[in-house]
Amino acid sequence: MRYSALSLLGNAFSKNKNWRPAWRNPDPKPHYDVIIIGGGGHGLATAYYLSKVFGVRNVAVLEKGYLGSGNIGRNTTIIRSNYLLEGNNPFYEFSMKLWEGLEQDFNFNAMVSQRGVINLFHSDAQRDAYTRRGNAMRLHGVDAELLNRDQLREKLPFLDYENARFPIMGGLMQARGGTVRHDAVAWGFARGADQNGVDIIQNCEVTGIERDGDQITGVQTTRGAITCNKLAMAVAGSSSHVAKMVDMRLPIESHALQAFVSEGLKPFIDTVVTFGAGHFYVSQSDKGGLVFGGDIEGYNSYAQRGNLACVEHVAEAGMAMIPALSRVRILRSWGGIMDMSMDGSPIMDRTHLANLYFNGGWCYGGFKATPASGYCFAHLLATDTPHETATAFRMDRFARGYLLDEKGVGAQANLH
Amino acid sequence: MTSFRIDGGTLIDRNDVRRFTFNGEALTGFGGDTVASGLLANGKQLVGRSFKYHRPRGILTAGAAEPNALLTIGRDGRRDPNTRATMAELFDGLEARSQNCWPNVNFDIGAANGLLGPLLGAGFYYKTFMWPAAFWEKVYEPLIRKAAGLGRASYDPDPGYYEKCWAHCDLLVIGAGPAGLAAALTAGRAGARVIIADEGAQLGGGLIAEGSPVGGKPADTVLADIIGELHALPNVEIKKRTTVFAAYDDQVFGAVERVQKHLPEHEINPHRAMERLWRIVARQVVLATGAEERPIVFGGNDRPGVMMAGAMRTYLNGYGVAPGKRVALFANNSQAYQTAMDLEARGIEVAAIIDPRTCPNIDYDGKARLIAGAMVRDTAGRKAIKSITVRHDDGRDEVIAVDALGVSGGYSPIVHLACHRVGKPVWSDAHVGFMPPENTDGMTPCGAVAGKAGIAACFADGGVAAVKALAELGVMGEAASLPGVEQSEEKVDPIQPIWHVASSKGKAFVDFQNDVAASDITLAMREGYDHVELAKRYTTNGMATDQGKTSNVNAIGILAENKGVSPGEIGTTTFRPFYTPVSFGALVGASKGMDFQPVRKSPLHGWAERNGAKFVETGLWYRSSWFPKDGETFWRDSVDREVNAVRTKVGICDVSTLGKIEIFGADAAEFLNRVYCNAFLKLPVGKARYGIMLREDGFVYDDGTTSCLGENHYFMTTTTALAAGVLTHLEFCAQVLWPELDVRLASATDQWAQMAIAGPKSRDVLSKIIDDDISNEAFPFLAAREVSMFGGRLKGRLFRISFSGELAFEIAVPAGYGESVADAIMAAGEEFGITPYGTEALGVMRIEKGHVTHAEINGTVTPADLGMGKMVSAKKDDFIGRVMNLREGLVDPDRPSLVGIKPKSPSDKFATGSHILNPGDDVSLANDQGYVTSMCHSPTLGHAIGLALVKNGPSRVGEEVTIWNGLAGKTVTGILCNPAFVDPENEKLHA
Amino acid sequence: MSSLVKCPHCGLRPREEFTIRGEVATPRPNAGADEAVWFDHVYLRDNPRGEHSEYWHHSGGCRRWLVLTRDTVTHETSDVVDASTLKLGEGA
Repeated sequence: MRYSALSLLGNAFSKNKNWRPAWRNPDPKPHYDVIIIGGGGHGLATAYYLSKVFGVRNVAVLEKGYLGSGNIGRNTTIIRSNYLLEGNNPFYEFSMKLWEGLEQDFNFNAMVSQRGVINLFHSDAQRDAYTRRGNAMRLHGVDAELLNRDQLREKLPFLDYENARFPIMGGLMQARGGTVRHDAVAWGFARGADQNGVDIIQNCEVTGIERDGDQITGVQTTRGAITCNKLAMAVAGSSSHVAKMVDMRLPIESHALQAFVSEGLKPFIDTVVTFGAGHFYVSQSDKGGLVFGGDIEGYNSYAQRGNLACVEHVAEAGMAMIPALSRVRILRSWGGIMDMSMDGSPIMDRTHLANLYFNGGWCYGGFKATPASGYCFAHLLATDTPHETATAFRMDRFARGYLLDEKGVGAQANLH
Repeated sequence: MTSFRIDGGTLIDRNDVRRFTFNGEALTGFGGDTVASGLLANGKQLVGRSFKYHRPRGILTAGAAEPNALLTIGRDGRRDPNTRATMAELFDGLEARSQNCWPNVNFDIGAANGLLGPLLGAGFYYKTFMWPAAFWEKVYEPLIRKAAGLGRASYDPDPGYYEKCWAHCDLLVIGAGPAGLAAALTAGRAGARVIIADEGAQLGGGLIAEGSPVGGKPADTVLADIIGELHALPNVEIKKRTTVFAAYDDQVFGAVERVQKHLPEHEINPHRAMERLWRIVARQVVLATGAEERPIVFGGNDRPGVMMAGAMRTYLNGYGVAPGKRVALFANNSQAYQTAMDLEARGIEVAAIIDPRTCPNIDYDGKARLIAGAMVRDTAGRKAIKSITVRHDDGRDEVIAVDALGVSGGYSPIVHLACHRVGKPVWSDAHVGFMPPENTDGMTPCGAVAGKAGIAACFADGGVAAVKALAELGVMGEAASLPGVEQSEEKVDPIQPIWHVASSKGKAFVDFQNDVAASDITLAMREGYDHVELAKRYTTNGMATDQGKTSNVNAIGILAENKGVSPGEIGTTTFRPFYTPVSFGALVGASKGMDFQPVRKSPLHGWAERNGAKFVETGLWYRSSWFPKDGETFWRDSVDREVNAVRTKVGICDVSTLGKIEIFGADAAEFLNRVYCNAFLKLPVGKARYGIMLREDGFVYDDGTTSCLGENHYFMTTTTALAAGVLTHLEFCAQVLWPELDVRLASATDQWAQMAIAGPKSRDVLSKIIDDDISNEAFPFLAAREVSMFGGRLKGRLFRISFSGELAFEIAVPAGYGESVADAIMAAGEEFGITPYGTEALGVMRIEKGHVTHAEINGTVTPADLGMGKMVSAKKDDFIGRVMNLREGLVDPDRPSLVGIKPKSPSDKFATGSHILNPGDDVSLANDQGYVTSMCHSPTLGHAIGLALVKNGPSRVGEEVTIWNGLAGKTVTGILCNPAFVDPENEKLHA
Repeated sequence: MSSLVKCPHCGLRPREEFTIRGEVATPRPNAGADEAVWFDHVYLRDNPRGEHSEYWHHSGGCRRWLVLTRDTVTHETSDVVDASTLKLGEGA
């Protein structure tokens, strides 16, 4: 059923009794051309583009929980393409372009809201680093603007300009950055993929991978064995766990990241703002909650929760940036598991097994990458060659020394 | 206005009259009132509007779960939006306002949304607002955002003070109802260190609302006796107004104490915390959080005047407030009958008790008419309830006029804290509720949260729980014997679950605040969002400020009923912190404003201040950046003067913030040889050497000089930024990788005041205060040793090293002597024109000299990229980073490498962060040749100069390039050059 | 044990006093080991769901490097030792 003003009105008159399921709930077939492990944002997006752009429709997405139960529904909803490195920037900009046409494309309102992303800076060195980054963005045709204090004051009058331990000097703005209703992205891709014939199979955990030499033949699941021609992993957060089934060790550690929402407030913050003197980023949802987050917990974790020290740390950074938050109450915290790669950038590549494909290592960047990740992974799966914007995400870059280290902190996962 | 205040009320003090305003109207209440009881006493049933449809809403509960009665309390910097009227204590002068309504709560334009109800069903926004494409951000979203949220937060600074503390105890008792009190008393008597915390202003929980005697004694006397004994026990700490909001690893609990939130402004002590964050470390925990009474989902169940039956008892018995004049009760359990008895005891008419059970097994002998096997299907009344429509078991409808309706759909144990870490709650058919997980390691649930009903049963269970917890600690305890316990018997109230009254007319709400109706839940199911998490996310059920305390279980019940399974099979959504919302202020404590992070000041800070320094934040440090003189209006005037002074005469600069590490041990040289990529094994005593430290991945980590001050004694300096990081790294190497080496490390950054004395006259200045011979022969470039100063009165460490490229020394003296020595050097240098210089001038001179800092050592460069490839030892068989440094990508000839850059036209300027393009190339990332890492105006050369990392840079010296700064819209033609702009032959250094 | 750590030198201390480095990878290889062995050491991780050995530095206390054996799902720590006792610099 296509969503339109007419369908909405028609259903209103029939007391909404005639809406049909947004997706089927199929049983697994014995064989698929492509099996995608992971029914999160990236897996669903991959299935969507595989079926829509590359004509591969005999596809199953296997999800151990409910669809969208991973990081797609746990992030702080920020999209941006303000990356520095040549290996990253075109990919994230490709993603931004896909975001810009996404809702019309999959006929689902994901509330893509380009309200602007502003990164504050507090020192000459940070300004210089943002100048370098902003210019790298401009070189690729990405919008970037360096704001001075006065321009910032106009846009963000509530920041601490007077009594800050680290005075605010300015900010790098990407006006096209913004937020998206995260769950709706999973639902939109799922519905679109389902309409193209993709089987989305929930409550179906992969428990083993079957192989014949260097060929994958299929998977064992909690809902039985399924065979396939190609197997694709899109299980960021659990990448190492699944990779272990084929004896793969990865340059990845799993880390917990907490995110938070405040009580609903009348409009308070219009853009996405990130702090430069501490780890804090915030936006306000269309429902009124301030959605924000900070740093990962620091220790390896597969538990989707964090600890109080990190909560305090985030709150402190938040209030250092916006003193008026003092009486704003935090409603809820939750946690997601990040695939923290050893250089802070993702991996999307073929593997040592002929027909196994890997997509993971997204660190904090997974949500904003969702459409491009799906598109490029579908490209890789369908053509066996990387998409032109994702050529740097190779698995062998670590061994060969072609790292994509935006922060320049080296081979320690929890620093990225 | 009719007063609803009647006799009684164990919590209020009628001699303490408190004035307050509600939407500007002056009202009065009493000490002990909450805002909610104060409003109800004044007949205010309509207090707010719901989120989506702006429906009139009243007060539903008497506690933390309140979904409707959210008010903005206070003004300016003391304004608290979304405050639950049921938890806010009434103080004199309190100002409360309704939210989410315009122009006012009685007449709200937004209520028109209600007419569009059928269009605005669950998830409607995902299906619409897409046409035309551009309209979402320009038209629809701004409208939605305008309607967003409930209360308005203040932009004004909060004048309140906040703080944080740790607390440790043997036993943490969470909740001071009958079970918690019995547990605390039991453990307290056994001598354990007990903390008992309760979110309320008064201890007692269910005892407060208990109208009947307990074990033959009045409930309030029983309560007073227990509290009296707890107060007398020195090992029991009672924390009222303290919400334990989250359970974290290792039995660490977050709790927030509202210390002064209940006081009028003039009584607030500004030196005392408004709120205090407690991090409680508990060896054992007794969870006595009680149970939340559940609403029933029926048509019109949100009308003001509909209230939880248990809340009615609290208002009646605790606050002396009547919920109405003619009340009906609708319940599937015995709560209605207790409420009815209490109402009737106060002379309030109970019009009817509607019980869906056909043969309720109850002992009630009141006057109210009992309608068994029936349900309420609708209510009427514009802004408050006027009547209810009852559907009898024979299908007949009856309208009954009432001005209040008490409801009770059973109890949901408050299991949050038992589920924050790992456990999932467990469904119980007997209790018709989700019980705490079976394995609650270190935590013992008791009382109502464990399914116990009645005061006596909770007393008994609390005692048993404490004995069990004490046993875990190896302490023998005996359950406190409290009134009624002897006679108490285990009884389970036979409840007939009702998740949704099927005959409902009109909207039947599940989540009041977010306006989620039963029809929204079924719609979500119909559309495939049938997993409990998807249903929540699609409908927003349970996502309001109350986090579904009154709605989640009903939503689960509706899902279960429609799927034909048990609610246990549906399961709950995840219980996550926080139990109730916590302010930023409390979580931040005192770490705000200028105290956000500690300040580090150099031992020479006072000296710099006296010399007029401008300071700049560098990490936690304040460093002197330049020293303006009278008449200098622009920072560069000062910096140029300082540079010129150093280049032609002499200057003094505070370099104390550099990291300093003392290294001792027989294997210290071997250790250094392994952590630096260049050789250190043969560094002689009395010599300094520049070293580059790699990370194990082969990239440069940090640089600095290390001096050999004696056999087995070295002194390392690091950059300011990585002082802590380098020490941590060295400790890793020493302790983890090579524990067999005899080497010991100590940070000495704060122990030494260190200053650079640079310039052609530096030796002349220092010779006046240093006793030793520091001539070029006696103390050549890179000499480093202890020297005697001021005729033997002080020992310092002198280093012949130079960042500026001039003849220069660094002298380190014990921190306490720093300022005196700096003053002495200034005095000695006066005749030579000595000039204090700051980090800006230092930066200019190091760029002129082509020296690198962390602007170049950006974590992705190799020594070769910095033009120091030859320093990487080919002879040493092992050092940190050796192997990974040889990878293909790290030796790629195309890597960006360090080169100088200057404008072709000397009058042109350019910015750090500009990128380098080949002239004529298209502006594209693929054509990017590198970027400017540092730039400055060189007073020595009279034009802008810079350093850059450019592909193949050193081999391209002399080439013209485009310096591209798209952000500023500026393009300048530059020339690549040798990065050593000044004294490339190092003649000055060796002078 | 991710809120409190039982330092073998200092006793039970809050997590805020510690700096975490990550997984205890393979021991540091010998100087002459293959580049592949080094690559494994520097970049590859087991990253298990369950029991995990990891480096914690008591940076706000005794400044000793510790090795925790900690469960990555329950966060419970079964063992904490001073890293110097484990000879992690002596790989193949």
